[in-house]
Amino acid sequence: MAASDKPAPPRGGRLSLLLEPWCYLSPALVLIVLVMVLPLIVGITYAFQDVQILKPFSKGWIGLDHFEKLLTTDKVFYRALRNTAWWTVASVVLQFGFGLGLALLLNRDFAGKRLVQALVFLPWAVPTFLSGLTWAWLFNPVIGPLPHWLFALGIMSEPYSILGDPDLAMWGPIIANVWFGIPFFAITLLAALQAIPDEMYEAASIDGATAFQQFRHVTLPYLAPMIAITVLLRTIWISNFADLIVVMTNGGPANTTQILPSLIFTTAYKGLDFGYASAIACVLLGLLFIYTAILFHMRKNLRSTT
Amino acid sequence: MCTIGHRLGLLAYVLFALFPLYWLVKIAVTPEALLYSEGVRLWPSAMNFDSFTRVLTASDFPAFFRNSIIVAGGTAFFVTILASLAGYAFSRFRFRGKALIVGLMLLTQMFPIVMLIAPIYRLMTPLGLTDSLWGLVITYTAFNVPFATFLMQSFFEGIPKELEESAMIDGCTRFAALRKVIFPLTLPGMAATLGFVFTAAWSELLFSLMLINSEEKMTFPVGLLTFIGKFSVDWGQMMAAGVLALVPACIFFALIQRYLVQGLTAGAVKG
Repeated sequence: MAASDKPAPPRGGRLSLLLEPWCYLSPALVLIVLVMVLPLIVGITYAFQDVQILKPFSKGWIGLDHFEKLLTTDKVFYRALRNTAWWTVASVVLQFGFGLGLALLLNRDFAGKRLVQALVFLPWAVPTFLSGLTWAWLFNPVIGPLPHWLFALGIMSEPYSILGDPDLAMWGPIIANVWFGIPFFAITLLAALQAIPDEMYEAASIDGATAFQQFRHVTLPYLAPMIAITVLLRTIWISNFADLIVVMTNGGPANTTQILPSLIFTTAYKGLDFGYASAIACVLLGLLFIYTAILFHMRKNLRSTT
Repeated sequence: MCTIGHRLGLLAYVLFALFPLYWLVKIAVTPEALLYSEGVRLWPSAMNFDSFTRVLTASDFPAFFRNSIIVAGGTAFFVTILASLAGYAFSRFRFRGKALIVGLMLLTQMFPIVMLIAPIYRLMTPLGLTDSLWGLVITYTAFNVPFATFLMQSFFEGIPKELEESAMIDGCTRFAALRKVIFPLTLPGMAATLGFVFTAAWSELLFSLMLINSEEKMTFPVGLLTFIGKFSVDWGQMMAAGVLALVPACIFFALIQRYLVQGLTAGAVKG
């Protein structure tokens, strides 16, 4: 910052031109490298060591042992892997679908729009841990209303907690997550919607396009860049997001809601086995990396064809 | 016909968004004796504000509250400055290593946060940053900068380059042009960034739990956990504390939400 306060460099001052972007970047970059990248590297090295807090003599490099155990014998890991995929896909798809719906509803003028907007965006401001508790309460068969209402409607044969049902338990955290995440997509997509020039729609309707055709050929292409970046970020965040599950089910019953981040948390802070936990984290990191690479590749191809 | 559908759709969204919050408030004002017997009723037959008074007078909650405001406010402030500068660099310069840095920033979002806690703790202990609100501000700032940078970059891309170029021809340095011409135009974008980061830092639990030991430095999500005793949970007080904790986040969010969509719109012009 200080460097860029100096008088503008004379034309052709190549060194200062090269350095200029780094002046703006360096404060953020230094912080990220010190507080995130260094710990990340240290964290990854744990995966190749025996780091167990309660065993003081457990330190030492053990190569790929953790990964071997993980990939060949650990059934809970594979279960958590499948659950992570289901949890992430269901949450992202529902959040995105409902978020887009809300954005489309808000993308026109009506009386009281400001108030409605403030109300529907509220869940985003609620601390996740608190929303987990509230939803767990709502699903509780003794003190919560939802099981009783479902029973009264004849959907449930008796009021019971879906959080305790191995077949349905995952839906609890997913519903809470959708509730929490709709505003993120609604806000970002609404912003992108408002940036579409009106002339595009006018031209389309002059050409006799139906509402659906307008959506398909005008709205979606304009939204595509925003959709790509938000879906990418949300997928990464949600697959790493353990708070709701830890609060609502703690991975149970019988690991049916155990996802990789909650398994990592349990392994590290309850089992105190940081080495093994880090190995699981590395697998998750690898999978997300591949996912991101594929998405970027697709985007590049998409750009070069249009 | 179309309008009715539109209103009904909005109504469904509003009800879905508010229902859990309504229930939170309901539990907070239900007298403890009725908590279990009237769990299913839409509104308890009697209500009082005992839980609120106890939380405000007999617990450490006011202190937790103050700490959270310091941490969330400080984080939002620093992130917005750092992310504005970095986002500006991404939107205005083409330089070697740019893709690498974008990749690095994305990479930091992919490793489960849980696994970063132990190394960060080891790093911060010798610096005296554990059990300190500053340590939390630094950690949260680092975690929120990548997303905020991408956000700010999209805002800057909505502002024509010609604006600062003409200021530079008039003799301004680039930084002066940025400060006088460009920053005022990105104020809505900065408001959006402030809002996102404030709410994220306000509700963060894990790091706060691990990095803070002494009671007088706890943030409020950790403070909420103190209501979960060994043998019982004081639901009334916990939910009352939860309702109170919602207030600043909601006020802040309501204040900036107008800019949120506006700001993002400016940013999305170029997509």
